[in-house]
Amino acid sequence: MFKKKDVTLIIAVLILAGLIAAFLRIYSGETGETVRIMIDGNEYGSYPLGEDSVIEIGNAFGYNRIVIENGEVFMQEADCPDQYCVEHKAISKTNETIVCLPHKLVVELHVQNREDDFDSIAQ
Amino acid sequence: MAKKVAYSAILVALAMIFSYVEVLIPFHFGIPGIKLGLANLVVVIALYLLKPSQAFSISVVRIVLVAFLFGSMPSMIYSLAGGVLSFTVMLLLKKSKGFSMMGISIAGGVSHNVGQLLVAAIVVENMSVFYYMPVLLVAGLITGMLIGIVAKKVCRHLRVAID
Repeated sequence: MFKKKDVTLIIAVLILAGLIAAFLRIYSGETGETVRIMIDGNEYGSYPLGEDSVIEIGNAFGYNRIVIENGEVFMQEADCPDQYCVEHKAISKTNETIVCLPHKLVVELHVQNREDDFDSIAQ
Repeated sequence: MAKKVAYSAILVALAMIFSYVEVLIPFHFGIPGIKLGLANLVVVIALYLLKPSQAFSISVVRIVLVAFLFGSMPSMIYSLAGGVLSFTVMLLLKKSKGFSMMGISIAGGVSHNVGQLLVAAIVVENMSVFYYMPVLLVAGLITGMLIGIVAKKVCRHLRVAID
């Protein structure tokens, strides 16, 4: 059923997947401090993860309601056709994102003090 | 010529039905956007039974028609990106010899997912969607394998019917 090259291909894909997964795990994964919302590649706004809040966005792409609660952020409601963003679990780490593709919206998490360090060096 | 057109038309129709029926099959990894890729079964078979150009047009015509019927403009762009990339990879591997239908189908499934993810990264202008890459690679591997098993079995019978 399998030829030699098939097996090589399968192993190569598995190794690649493993490497990317390991890289993502090492590279980031600390608890985020700031919730940043990007729309169509531009920053829409930043919100502290520590404070509970509800962010409602209504624009030409559509409607999204993002909720920050107990140190986690999730998409509570969206009028996009696929609803993948609403089904996505709540996120709290810097390597996690919630993407609402039809509305070109990305919810990311960042750590604040990194940027502060840069500022203090610049001063 | 007429025979060629007839085969192409039947396969396009079959691929369209597969795209439609696929929604009804419960096959979930718990990750959004992962599908079995039943329509790819038709493309893999066409690649083996017909000319590459015919197989390619079957794949593209299927995607465009399905998008017009059930999908939308954005969904067509994702499908086309995945479809064209996976077709190119499958054709190259088939030409390079040494891969069985299984390997070709796996390469197709994996590259289809990679293509869609690339377009998604461009659309949201954000690299963070690559977080899904490992899962999508493995998912493409599994779905490609399943499609490969079926394609192999079907092809054996179809070859007899066509000749």
